[in-house]
Amino acid sequence: MNATSQLKFRDPVLGRALGDKLNSVVAELGRSPVSVMHVCGSHEQAIARFGLRSAFPRELDVVMGPGCPVCITDVPEVDEGVALALQGVRVCTYGDMLRVPGTVKSLADVRGDGARIEVVYGIDQAIALARETTEEVVFFATGFETTAVATAAALLAGVPKNFSVLSAHKYIPPVMEIVAEMPGTRIEGFLAAGHAAVITGSGVFEDFVKAHRIPVVVAGFEPLDILAALVRLVELVRDRTPEVVNMFPRCVSREGNRVAQEQLWKVFTPVGGRWRGIAHVPNGNLRLKEEWSAFDARRRFTIDVSRLWDYAPPKLLGQCICGEIMSGSRGPKDCPLFGKECVPENPVGACMVSTEGTCRIWHQYGGHLDLRGVS
Amino acid sequence: MCLGAPGKIVSIDGLVATVDFFGVQKAVNLHIVDEPVEVGDYILNHVGYAIRKIPADEIEGTIAMYRELLDGPPGDLMREDVEGEQGARSPRAESRGR
Repeated sequence: MNATSQLKFRDPVLGRALGDKLNSVVAELGRSPVSVMHVCGSHEQAIARFGLRSAFPRELDVVMGPGCPVCITDVPEVDEGVALALQGVRVCTYGDMLRVPGTVKSLADVRGDGARIEVVYGIDQAIALARETTEEVVFFATGFETTAVATAAALLAGVPKNFSVLSAHKYIPPVMEIVAEMPGTRIEGFLAAGHAAVITGSGVFEDFVKAHRIPVVVAGFEPLDILAALVRLVELVRDRTPEVVNMFPRCVSREGNRVAQEQLWKVFTPVGGRWRGIAHVPNGNLRLKEEWSAFDARRRFTIDVSRLWDYAPPKLLGQCICGEIMSGSRGPKDCPLFGKECVPENPVGACMVSTEGTCRIWHQYGGHLDLRGVS
Repeated sequence: MCLGAPGKIVSIDGLVATVDFFGVQKAVNLHIVDEPVEVGDYILNHVGYAIRKIPADEIEGTIAMYRELLDGPPGDLMREDVEGEQGARSPRAESRGR
């Protein structure tokens, strides 16, 4: 069986046609730059991996926003995980979280110092570990709604008494409000992340579009998905007709996954909180509801982060511009550390740690691959 | 974390399914899947939970896309993310990306 023949979202003829269409729609706007934002590390991976920016018109700036769940986990949240581990609690977390810097230490740093940090693939492995021991086990839960629904479902299904959750889960829709309201923002439209929208549904963006008059297009991960979604998005900008358009209907419905939503909101409540480097995001953080107190690590333990101040912060961290990169106001190439002191083997900032971080992706795929002008 | 991975349900025991991901079998929870599923159906897995039943007419295209991602060179970030999701790599080999 020829696998590539089934890749209907890779057809090069259609790809070129969409590239041409994108060029003509942007040209009709007659100004530069036209800036749009996506909020998904996997979109940036696909754009970089397939060299899509070489097909974008020069006037179109496609910026990655706060779409890397590991990256936007805030410094004090990492500190809480680190402090818990130093207090002798077994802390389980996703592998990408290990080297994300806290104020002075990452989880990997304290593991080197003897703290017990377990890398798990999902919450169920952390629960299984708790069942094998009488020790306290904390799952440091990070990620957007796609992983928060798993945390919710696991708690609802029942967990052992020595298990609790340190929630750093984030909810994407509110951060789009923040970006839209940033003074001097140049973002004129959003591509919404496909699989987060599998959970929330495309309908979740309707109020946002009404309030901010900025169009939102839900996009998939294939090269043609992204090109087609960008064409539609720029058309909406051109026509000044802000609306929600679902260009990923083979995965996303207007209502989303209601079963998952129901479980999510049984367990979590949205609260305001900081996203690393970006801002306080009202309703952007997901905390365990009062009735889940017994399984909330923040209520179960006195988390003493003060002991972390015995250490000096890493010298280079002050120069890291991850926050500005995640809010889309600057890019990796604007960072003096990018590809020099900050590399995947020895990352300074969170954006170089995660496979979904902008800096890591650009470093992996040759940065801002731009073949425009190359014949 | 965002890409997930598609797999085929091999067996179901209550709310836990054994799912085949390109030859690797692992347990996947069915607590939050959007529609009832049965053996032979394809689901999209995120961190051990099926979040979506893949409709019959989209299975072929979806599998082809992920197969292509998995054929990427070692170190390719999309390949790594999908491999992480399908459990082909040990989660304890946490040096994803080293």
